[in-house]
Amino acid sequence: MITRRNFLKRAIKGVAGLSLPIAAIGILSPKRLLGAGSDKLGVRWVFLVNTYKCVGCGLCVKACKTENEIPYDANVTRTWVERYVITKDGKRWADTPKGARDGFTTSKIDLGLGHFKEIKADDIEKAFFVPKLCNQCDNPPCVQVCPVGATYQTKSGVVLIDRKWCIGCGYCVMGCPYGVRFFHPIYHVADKCNFCYHRISKGLKTACVEACPFGARQIGNLRDPNDPVTKIIMTERVSVLKPEYGTNPQVYYLGMDEFII
Amino acid sequence: MLVHGEIWTIKELFVTPNEYIYWSLQIVMYPFMTGLVAGAFVLSSLYHVFGIKQLKEIARFSLVFSFALLFVAPMPLLLHLQQPQRNILVLMTPHFTSAIAAFGIVFMTYAAIVASELWFVYRKYFVETVALLRGKPEKTFAERIRYRIFSALTLGAYDVSHEALQKDEKAVKGLATLGIPVACFLHGYAGFIFGSVKANALWMTPLMPVIFIMSAVVSGVALCMLTYIVVMEIRKIHASSVVGRYVETRDQIKGAELNEIRMTSKYLLFFLIFAISLELLDLIFRGYTALKNWDILRSVIYGRDFVNIFILQYGLGNLVPFILLVLPRLTIRRAVVCLVLILFGVFMMRWNVVIGGQAFSLTFAGYMDYRMPIIPHDFETFKEGLFGALLVALTPFFLFWILDKIFPVFAVKKSD
Repeated sequence: MITRRNFLKRAIKGVAGLSLPIAAIGILSPKRLLGAGSDKLGVRWVFLVNTYKCVGCGLCVKACKTENEIPYDANVTRTWVERYVITKDGKRWADTPKGARDGFTTSKIDLGLGHFKEIKADDIEKAFFVPKLCNQCDNPPCVQVCPVGATYQTKSGVVLIDRKWCIGCGYCVMGCPYGVRFFHPIYHVADKCNFCYHRISKGLKTACVEACPFGARQIGNLRDPNDPVTKIIMTERVSVLKPEYGTNPQVYYLGMDEFII
Repeated sequence: MLVHGEIWTIKELFVTPNEYIYWSLQIVMYPFMTGLVAGAFVLSSLYHVFGIKQLKEIARFSLVFSFALLFVAPMPLLLHLQQPQRNILVLMTPHFTSAIAAFGIVFMTYAAIVASELWFVYRKYFVETVALLRGKPEKTFAERIRYRIFSALTLGAYDVSHEALQKDEKAVKGLATLGIPVACFLHGYAGFIFGSVKANALWMTPLMPVIFIMSAVVSGVALCMLTYIVVMEIRKIHASSVVGRYVETRDQIKGAELNEIRMTSKYLLFFLIFAISLELLDLIFRGYTALKNWDILRSVIYGRDFVNIFILQYGLGNLVPFILLVLPRLTIRRAVVCLVLILFGVFMMRWNVVIGGQAFSLTFAGYMDYRMPIIPHDFETFKEGLFGALLVALTPFFLFWILDKIFPVFAVKKSD
């Protein structure tokens, strides 16, 4: 006959002994390991913009606003297209009316305050369009300056914003050299392009890549040597925006020009 | 649908779509207020640490004023935040790579130091007041409240022997010494917030924290001197109209006032020269090295903002007070003009840094004009407009009036 005391002692030892392997099953849950998705070490998202192919239609901007629920009539956008016209006298004229949401409907350059610059076709030396979006930098200054850590970088390289944690101080907006961040007009927190994270983590492409009819925008995985985007970056002459800031941007451009800011 | 900043930003030429003046009037007010905090504390420490006896009166005054200003310092931040109810996150879960995260630690440390120093300075007064009130058998309601508050404030330390008071003085000296670098840090980190933003061509300079600290001391000293003069003038009026009620005569007040002001203005002059030298150094350096951003910066500094920078800030805010202070036989009237101009100059410096830094686009090929909201038509144009700034500017005086009831700044009234 076992005494009550010994029974209790054995029971406690047994429960403690069992709890370790049971807990281990929790820590090393196979479901959680498989569900790591695109954040597994193996994906580093990278973007390629081909400015030779962009015609300034603005369909990418429309698609982005629709997909990511940025109010259509609000004057902020997660991505935009800039138009550059370099005249023969060496001057640069550039504009981005409503971020090219409606395309470029006039050949007159929008100078703001209701002024427009009319440029004769004969005076144009070169002209091109430059789409821009968040560069998901490898050394993101916006993550560095956030006082509460509401903006952070995933292992796959995308910089995200926690809408429930952001205090709306605007330091990240001031800290971005590329001007991709803004305050969301409805949620009143910081917002920016996140490479349509809800799509790419499911194997889809970003809204702007899908929408571009000319293939000027492409997204890929920098860690996969067989990825078509990676192959172009490794073999062609590519460039990034404002490398002097030390941000290590991961949006590469084909057809960069000295006049592009 | 207007986005934040759109209503007071006018864009010109080539500006990217998301650029607006996000850091507007309240972000100008915040370094202005913390600068006053730091400056007032440094003035008080000139007496407590360096023993400059002639500054004793103004030292007590500026310590209490620094405490009043301290409570006002977070106001501009709370008015600026898009999610002010989450402000506690900066204190509870700070992200330490951010300069703003330093706010929590520095602010709390500084508050603790000033509160402790005030306690040691006023402990004898608390004990004496409690003893006086305890002796009264019939206390009025107000006196009972006063008795309760002051008993609590003594924290049970009733020993006012010579040795105990010596220890108090030692503690004050220690705290004042420790407080100077902390006060400098409180404002220096604000300068670092701007100076470390590599994305902003105007803000990016290692000189920024030092420039901010120097002009902070200037503004703090100037404000304390100005408020001191105003209070002294009020006391003079009382002394001449109700003879015998106050311990000093009008002439006594006048003499002490002029002495304190003349002494303090010498220190003010020193810091003024230091502050303007650093700013001119930064400007000359930028022009000499002529980096890529110099073209747009030059067009903002020498063109669009010329009046704001050279006429208002450097001219009215620095040169005119400099001349007025250097001229011999400083009078109270001349001092008041100087001090008002200096405070205006320091405010314009904050304005020219914050607003000026957002006057040009990241493209270096466009401009943004700031139209300060004057008549508010919604909560946002109130918060970040003239009335929001006035609220922040006037609250310290109201708080100072309340604090003076617990930490009286001048010689106590003769009992009735």
